Amino acid sequence: FRKMEQEMLKCLFLGFGLQKIRYPCSKKDPFPGEAPIPHKQLQKFQRGEKYKVPAGARRRLKEAIISSEAMSELAQKQAARYDLLLPEDAGFLEGDEDEDTNTISQDDIADAVDITSGSKYFNLHLSQFGPYRLDYGRTGRHLLVGGKKGHVACIDWQSKDLMCEMNVMETVNDVKWLHTEAMFAVAQKRWLYIYDSKGLELHCVKKFNDVLRMQFLPYHFLLATASATGFLQYLDVSVGKEIAAVCTKMGRLDVMSQNPHNAVIHLGHPNGTVSLWSPNQKEPLVKMLCHRGAVRSLTVDKTGTYMVTSGLDRKLKVYDIRAFKPLHSCFLPAGASCLSLSQGGLLSAATGDIVQVYQNVLGSSPVSKPYMAHRLRGQIWGLAYCPFEDVLGIGHGEGFTSMIVPGAGEPNFDALDTNPFRSSKQRQEWEVKALLEKVQPELIGLDPGQLSKVDQASFEQRHKEQVEALGFDPLAKDKFKPKTKKKGRSSAGAIEKRKRKVAHEDQRDEIRQTVQERTERDKEQKEKSNEKKKLGNKSTLDRFRK
Amino acid sequence: HQSAYESDNIKVLCRNPDDYVRETTRDIQRVPRNYDPTLHPFEVPREYTRALNATKLERVFAKPFVASLDGHRDGISCITKHAKSLSTVISGACDGEVKLWNLPRQECLRTVQAHEGFVRGICSRFCGTSFFTVGDDKTIKQWNLEAPGYGVREEPINTILGKAVFTGIDHHQRESTFVTCGQTVDIWDEQRSSPIRSFSWGVDSFSCVRYNPVETELLASCASDRSIVLYDTRESAPLRKVIMQLRSNTLCWNPMEAYYFTCANEDYNLYTYDIRHLDVPVTVHMDHVSAVLDVDYSPTGREFVSASFDKTIRIFPKDKGHSREVYHTKRMQHVICVRWSADNKYVLSGSDEMNIRLWKANASEKLGLLSTREKAAAHYNKKLIEKFQHHPQVRRIARHRHLPGDILKQKREQREMKEARRRREQNVRKHSKPGSVPLLTEKEKHVAAVVE
Repeated sequence: FRKMEQEMLKCLFLGFGLQKIRYPCSKKDPFPGEAPIPHKQLQKFQRGEKYKVPAGARRRLKEAIISSEAMSELAQKQAARYDLLLPEDAGFLEGDEDEDTNTISQDDIADAVDITSGSKYFNLHLSQFGPYRLDYGRTGRHLLVGGKKGHVACIDWQSKDLMCEMNVMETVNDVKWLHTEAMFAVAQKRWLYIYDSKGLELHCVKKFNDVLRMQFLPYHFLLATASATGFLQYLDVSVGKEIAAVCTKMGRLDVMSQNPHNAVIHLGHPNGTVSLWSPNQKEPLVKMLCHRGAVRSLTVDKTGTYMVTSGLDRKLKVYDIRAFKPLHSCFLPAGASCLSLSQGGLLSAATGDIVQVYQNVLGSSPVSKPYMAHRLRGQIWGLAYCPFEDVLGIGHGEGFTSMIVPGAGEPNFDALDTNPFRSSKQRQEWEVKALLEKVQPELIGLDPGQLSKVDQASFEQRHKEQVEALGFDPLAKDKFKPKTKKKGRSSAGAIEKRKRKVAHEDQRDEIRQTVQERTERDKEQKEKSNEKKKLGNKSTLDRFRK
Repeated sequence: HQSAYESDNIKVLCRNPDDYVRETTRDIQRVPRNYDPTLHPFEVPREYTRALNATKLERVFAKPFVASLDGHRDGISCITKHAKSLSTVISGACDGEVKLWNLPRQECLRTVQAHEGFVRGICSRFCGTSFFTVGDDKTIKQWNLEAPGYGVREEPINTILGKAVFTGIDHHQRESTFVTCGQTVDIWDEQRSSPIRSFSWGVDSFSCVRYNPVETELLASCASDRSIVLYDTRESAPLRKVIMQLRSNTLCWNPMEAYYFTCANEDYNLYTYDIRHLDVPVTVHMDHVSAVLDVDYSPTGREFVSASFDKTIRIFPKDKGHSREVYHTKRMQHVICVRWSADNKYVLSGSDEMNIRLWKANASEKLGLLSTREKAAAHYNKKLIEKFQHHPQVRRIARHRHLPGDILKQKREQREMKEARRRREQNVRKHSKPGSVPLLTEKEKHVAAVVE
């Protein structure tokens, strides 16, 4: 039976014209052909759907589409195969059968793991200068903490190396790193200040006043700020210009988040709505009613598919942002004041002085119990995950705490994008390349891949829209204005004579068009009447005609 | 308070810096990669920005002029490449002088007073040891490519006297036969002093004759009765001819596709024909504003360069109707002859004002040895421009070429004339009986007849 199978395979192979692989010891390859790739892995690298060849396509178009599809498939397969070579695995925390993982304390975790990981749980006791807000740099190396009473410090948190520390002598509302660890922005009581990593004040931007929250869009080099006066302003930090100032007319803006997938800013409002903004429009792109009370906090996941919001109605809701549909909601005893989603999909919610971490929030079913929990000394004011580490940073009334959350970080980074281990030379090269491919703010919209789509609107439709938008027709010819001449040739009578010479030209096109339309209409009418006549000839009384 | 937790059930992400940082400063940096699309957002806008930058830089680095070979004392009438060497080029001028040039050093190796009157054609022999010239003094002369010794006078290896003026010459790829055209198309053997075969078809004179580089027994010639005649050396009579609206000046066979040739016509266009279907040209290449005088294909067979009376040379892709590149200088007057170098990198143009100019075929290409990274970056930029070529901003920048003022004006004028003619034709068709005025495509308009 096995021999028959082999014969069949041989026939198949030879039938397809494939060369028979000859082995010197006449052994058969037990796994012939290419190594299979798991479908899920392939799907991860799929971008868009396959383009179907249209029915009446010409040969060249068909060939072009087929060859480009083959290239895309090859690229997808090669990228999927590379996944095998990724060096690190994600972290995990599994409880025993009867044990809840959220009862495990941070001290236990720190004791159970190796010493480097254990040192990632630490507290900074800074009780003097008020509740702290924090920000991790894009590479996850540098940490910026800002206390409400003016204390601003930036440290390399893994080596506990202090880069700078100062007191700005004013209320600090928010702190944010700019594109590298060389500069950071501090939203102080009145204006926006930009400092160097050594603590030198570089800029005081007076145009940005009463800033409450900031978000940095890394690929556009834009610092988006939400102010107490209801303005959403964008500052391009590479050229130092204000790109857009949008008057949201929605009151005090103190809940802000960005969608990392399409650089759209999400703002939460006291009436329970969440609005989505881009710098190109004066109106919000989308307005969603999310909660029955005020929105306390919101966050968007890295793929731009899900948005998690929490409100004063003590609900935690998950929405599908692509389809703008609610997925599920769960009840919290108190509304979460801070929310943060990690790269690994873990959600952390802070209520009062307790932080709870939830797993599988973005899945189909709502979560019942948290994955981990931690109680702190002071009121929590800021929450942020460290980018490529299993660490959650918490800023609270008594200072800063770094908490170990296994499974939070993305294990494998791409060194060409963000490299935590980069040297200064690598950083310089990266900065230049990033500035060269800085995306223009005009391209910010709900669909970041819109440039790759074909614009089907016909010219006439676009022209109509333009006329409506502008109020007049830009393509319309201006009326003929005769030149004013000297030596008496510019008298009223002479001008009228000159105008009369050109007068008929304006009318010529119109006349031609009307004549054409009229002839077409006449033709149609003639045809109709002909048909009618033909039909009209046959009546039921025809048989009685002589 | 829980007792010490087991370490089997817990793992925290911890990276060993030894795996991510290079060992010594002599190593290259370690660059671990992850191609996950979620780590690389904004793919399309970033690629678009890169494509825009690539297009702009391509225009910034577009400096095609390399060198000018000075030395001739009259306008240059013909150029030919050395069959085996990339660095030698032979040119003939309108005062009968023939010069051999060394291109890397941009100097003249040797000057030969070949003819009295114009040098009408030059061709080099396939072995690379000699070259032939024909001139206004009705002679065909064969010269040695090596310079004669010190004190020895320059003498042709062979001289053949003809009955009438010869206007062009071309040599066979492998055998020792060559063909000349004048009043008739003659095929000569190098050893004989009279042609072994003569073709004529009631035509006054021929301006150009070319051997097919692939099908080496086929010939084509441009005749003065506005036709192009095809011959086979194995037959006794010409094969067929295609008659056009205006006369063709020269033609060139596609070195990669044996059945295509392109002819440079007086009506400002170039036509690519398939010898199997001569009734309609495969492509009409329109962009010149004056008569096209010479055409030569690139060795890849994908592009060709054309020289025109309007003081410009244009590079066309073989299947497109418009040029991708135009080269002009204030100093370059009517371009009489043009050649594409055999390494696909340079274009040589010989013009009326006694200069041969060397241009880069790809204007923004970096010459010389490139490192692998430079090559990879150049390929990436080229592919980006190709991918986004239809986006209006990218197209606007990539298409932008500076043209001299008169050529721009002439182009506008010709466009208006064409529009007027088209409108007139449309009106005639609209107001006459449907079907009485046939609709001709652009390609069909230019061929008058095909005669077998």
